[in-house]
Amino acid sequence: MIKFNNVTKIYADKTIVLQDVSFEVKEGEFVSIVGKSGAGKTTLIRLMLGLESPSSGEIYFKGENINNADSSQIQEMRRSVGGIYQDYKLLPKKTVYENVAYIMQVEGKENKDIENEVPRVLEIIGLKDKVDNFPNELSGGEQQRLAIARALVNHPDIIIADEPTGNLDPYNTYEVISLLQKINQAGRTVILSTHDREIINKLGKRVITLENGKILRDEAEGRFII
Amino acid sequence: MLTNLKRVIKFASSDFSRNKGISLAAIFVLVVTIMIVTGLLFFQGTVGYLSSQIQDKIDITAYFKDDATEQEILDVKDQVLKMSSVVKNIEYISKQQALVDFNEKHPNDPVLSKALKEVGDNPLLPSLNITTINADPFQYEEVSNILQAENFSKLIYKVDFSQKEDTIKKVYSITRSINIFGLVLGVILVIVAMLVVFNTVKLAIENSKEEISTMRIVGASDWFIRGPFIIQGIIYGIISFIICILLSGLSAYFLSPKISAVLPGFDIFSYFLTNWWIFVLIQLGFGVGVGIVSSFIVVRRYLDI
Repeated sequence: MIKFNNVTKIYADKTIVLQDVSFEVKEGEFVSIVGKSGAGKTTLIRLMLGLESPSSGEIYFKGENINNADSSQIQEMRRSVGGIYQDYKLLPKKTVYENVAYIMQVEGKENKDIENEVPRVLEIIGLKDKVDNFPNELSGGEQQRLAIARALVNHPDIIIADEPTGNLDPYNTYEVISLLQKINQAGRTVILSTHDREIINKLGKRVITLENGKILRDEAEGRFII
Repeated sequence: MLTNLKRVIKFASSDFSRNKGISLAAIFVLVVTIMIVTGLLFFQGTVGYLSSQIQDKIDITAYFKDDATEQEILDVKDQVLKMSSVVKNIEYISKQQALVDFNEKHPNDPVLSKALKEVGDNPLLPSLNITTINADPFQYEEVSNILQAENFSKLIYKVDFSQKEDTIKKVYSITRSINIFGLVLGVILVIVAMLVVFNTVKLAIENSKEEISTMRIVGASDWFIRGPFIIQGIIYGIISFIICILLSGLSAYFLSPKISAVLPGFDIFSYFLTNWWIFVLIQLGFGVGVGIVSSFIVVRRYLDI
């Protein structure tokens, strides 16, 4: 589904963030990307979403080399990904309902489908009483749940979560991770970047460990060892 | 397509009402800007009236010899009209008419009337009074040259162009300077005004920089992101236009008596009414145009993700 082929990313100030990174994520997998802060996790995620382009090497999304994709193809690819971010990336001037609906509107879904699907997802995620609130009226945990609702609403084939529990307390962290597990059990691919040792050790899924921009380990049932 | 357009319009209207402070600021700046442009239009109208008043007072006169018949003079008139495209008006003044005009102009002047009586006969000459389109010295020179050509000169006693040449040149250069000054001032003011609007829109959109990048990350197309901002620009433009057209109409109406007192014969309110469509076109075009263009440029800067 996603394939990195000898990907290197060097910033303008000559800092090497990723060096010769190669791996493949297959459909239905749950892959965690771990590493210390500054190991290159976020850059890896940004490359997957086409938010940055590699200095060398190729990145394939569903068989297409995204380096060669034009702006509208990149946007199409982003629509098929559910993204969850540490800073939530919500739309501050839209209500909870509108934040989720926006994703379906971007996809060009019918109003009827939006009116059915958005309340359903918000109910699953536990935000049905906050539909008219704005993001700044929600707690951190609620904002992250809203970000997850947004990532789920279009039923994407793949969920990419960049440090989704970074700002959450242990209770909310547990909630978010078990939700991601459920999504994966429903057959979707999940890529999770985190530096939370406990989460990784509990999951017992594939772990790619990054260190100084290189892949240190790629284990099928990995643990957090740095 | 239609669904998308409806959505974009809905986003724009809800953004507009949720950001009242920014919307009001943008409209205020647009209103001030459009009023500057409108002020220039009024200025241009006033200057236009003034220069046409002055130019109308300028003419050249060809005095015919006493023995030239009326038919001969009218033939000259027709031929001048045929030969020159710059003539605005030619008026034939007969000997008798000249005397009537003279008496009307100097009704209670005993010296002049005594002098006329002493001469006995009507000493005044028939003439053609000519004005040109632009009151331009070159145009008067052209007409004067035609009149002095050989076939006319045997009938003509004198063309008074050389006596009036200096005055014509002076008036022409003054009106031209006023027009150029108005144009330069106008261009500068319009550029300043556009920059002010552009920066206000930039500040308004800068507020949404993060939002635009989030929209990009979730896969929204350029037009889906840009649309609401552009439509907000149009809303700002339309509201500002409505305020400005009312404001200009009202100020023209209330200032009209005061301006007529300074410039007799010039009614600024009727100038506004006769040119209302130019006001509508410029105010609407300027408001909406600047709103759209600045939103377009500013959003484009943030779309590059």
